[in-house]
Amino acid sequence: MQLIKDRHIIDDTWRYLADDAAPIDGDITVSLARWLNDKAQLLGHQGKLGVRIGPSDSAADLADDLAHLQLIELDFPDFADGRLFSQAWLLRCRYHYAGEIRATGHYMSDQVFYLSRVGVNAFKPEQAGHLAVELSHLNDFTVQYQKSVN
Amino acid sequence: MIFRLQGTKTLTMYQYNDTDQTLVDERVAQFRRQTEQFLKGEITDDQFRALRLRNGLYIQTHAPMLRIAVPYGLLSSRQLRKIAHIARHYDKNYCHFTTRQNIQFNWPKLEQVPDILAELADVQMHAIQTSGNCIRNTTADHLAGICIDEIEDPRPYCEIIRQWSTLHPEFDYLPRKFKIAVSGALHDRAATQFHDIGLHLVNNDAGETGFRVLVGGGLGRTPIIGQVIKPYLEKKHLLSYLEAILRIYNLFGRRDNKYKARIKILVKESGLDNFADLVEQEWLLTRDAQELSAERIQAMKMQFVAFDYDADAGQDHSFAQYQQDQPKFATWIRHNTVAHKMAGYRAVFLSLKAPDVPPGDMTDAQLDAVADLADRYSFGQLRTTHRQNLIFADVKQADLYPLWQQLDALKLATPNIGTATDIICCPGLDFCSLANASSIGIAKEINEALDDMDYLHDIGDVKINMSGCMNGCAHQSVGHIGILGVDKKGTEWYQLTLGGSSENEAAIGDRLGPAVAKHEVTQAITTILDVYVKQRLDGESFLDMVKRVGIDPFKEQVYATH
Ligand code: SF4
Repeated sequence: MQLIKDRHIIDDTWRYLADDAAPIDGDITVSLARWLNDKAQLLGHQGKLGVRIGPSDSAADLADDLAHLQLIELDFPDFADGRLFSQAWLLRCRYHYAGEIRATGHYMSDQVFYLSRVGVNAFKPEQAGHLAVELSHLNDFTVQYQKSVN
Repeated sequence: MIFRLQGTKTLTMYQYNDTDQTLVDERVAQFRRQTEQFLKGEITDDQFRALRLRNGLYIQTHAPMLRIAVPYGLLSSRQLRKIAHIARHYDKNYCHFTTRQNIQFNWPKLEQVPDILAELADVQMHAIQTSGNCIRNTTADHLAGICIDEIEDPRPYCEIIRQWSTLHPEFDYLPRKFKIAVSGALHDRAATQFHDIGLHLVNNDAGETGFRVLVGGGLGRTPIIGQVIKPYLEKKHLLSYLEAILRIYNLFGRRDNKYKARIKILVKESGLDNFADLVEQEWLLTRDAQELSAERIQAMKMQFVAFDYDADAGQDHSFAQYQQDQPKFATWIRHNTVAHKMAGYRAVFLSLKAPDVPPGDMTDAQLDAVADLADRYSFGQLRTTHRQNLIFADVKQADLYPLWQQLDALKLATPNIGTATDIICCPGLDFCSLANASSIGIAKEINEALDDMDYLHDIGDVKINMSGCMNGCAHQSVGHIGILGVDKKGTEWYQLTLGGSSENEAAIGDRLGPAVAKHEVTQAITTILDVYVKQRLDGESFLDMVKRVGIDPFKEQVYATH
């Protein structure tokens, strides 16, 4: 699978670890719940660590752990649920997270410009065919009226 | 920037710079692309719905409806001519003015909407965020800058808010729509107590001017009066405070039930104190990074400086003479004009409530003619009001007589501003797919029943608001008389309320009793007005009497006749 990161299309090296799956090698993402439960064990993991959050999760729960995380995945169940936009803003501006923030799931290709402004720097569309489209949508506007992350 | 126009006339409204123009142009290009993708089947109905709504485009009963933003109700004659042009070329030769100071077209073709938006961008207009669950057009007092009871002109702050809220990346997918209103006068003409956020310019004890901030007001299904969340906010913190409220709302507002998703429900369910604490904590963390500089405020105020008024305008004697000689003119002056802070000037209401015309509608020919009159008599500018009328805000008294004659010829001088036939009314069953009942036809019937102008003027200030369903687009719950269309087993019925108000003494109307049938509505209204005429005290207004006697005397008569 491919994704957009920092405006380039690259291969996705991350692996999704379900809550009930045994640990695997490599770069893995886990749910916020699993992270909070198994933190001690996961910290010994060989490979990079990422956490998936949904709209009702709170970015504040990760505030003290951000140094251990190379990826935070915003998992959109529904493009109309805008809470993850504020979570991204909080991760960048309030908690100064500098790693990858990635949008996945049911976000809309037409939302990538706003997502990039609130600090999302990677996009993994549900359909690989949308990669090129989303790259171009990142340039929908050359001007902006207000401060955000970018 | 002051924009020179036809010799001595100057425009004092916000003029786009390169950034503003680029932004609206890029938005048009984006929507053109989105529309093409939709028509090719590349984006889903659901996705396109979210995108088109944020560009003002609804799909209605008969055709799409396009809502255009009129920021805080201010329009230039050039913009009005463009609206006339759009009405002529893309619609059925008319447009509709809404209760939130915007303009709607009822018959555009989906494929042509990008072209319409491009035409609007040519005259510094757009339809951005006039719909959808995002921050909507910021509204203001329609007498801003010219009224005699003003602390400070709210429009520079409205424009600052307009820019901040436009394409705000974090707050475009809120739980529900979000409306902000700003008032700078002692008398609240902007219904700030019924907005998600209401801002009032006020003086503090030290004599400085800042904002009193209200939150959680709203109309619709659950009308609630806004509560003061911050009695005094320094101007420099305006945007940081708005941002804090919006972030808390975006994170914690309900998303499980669209009827409980407005901020008013969040404030109610969490309690004002808890909500205010959350906002305060958020705000303290961000306010220093978001200060509004005194220079920015000053530069914005320069865009709204007063016109070059004629200091001798008050010397004219013809005005008094015409009023003496022409009773009809005097009546119009009394009802359709109001005082101006500058001696020798008055603000003129153009009534869009002529009998036989759906409230708030204007034809392309009227729009063009009004643009010419604005150039000739009111510095090339006009305003839209919350009661679906227009205003020429700056007319010299010597010009009032010729202006009246011309407005009369255009059927825009019905002397009914603020009276029982100045009805605000949503499109109802005629155009709206959500409607339970029709409203335009009832407004027409009431207008016909109250065709005796002397009677109407004797009744005086009565605000009738009528909505075709619970969504309450015409704010029936704050009408002195509210009329709400309800559906009873497939037939149209109407629920009446009395005693609502959206002004300083904010109140939600009380239900009169069981809903009445369609053919009984007009009679019920005339009965209510008759009770008032018979039982009022000397000089007592309708609203005051309802407050004094309650609804029972009205109820007895309305239901007795059935
Ligand atoms: S009040 Fe109801 S019927 Fe009237 S315009 Fe609004 S949604 Fe439509």
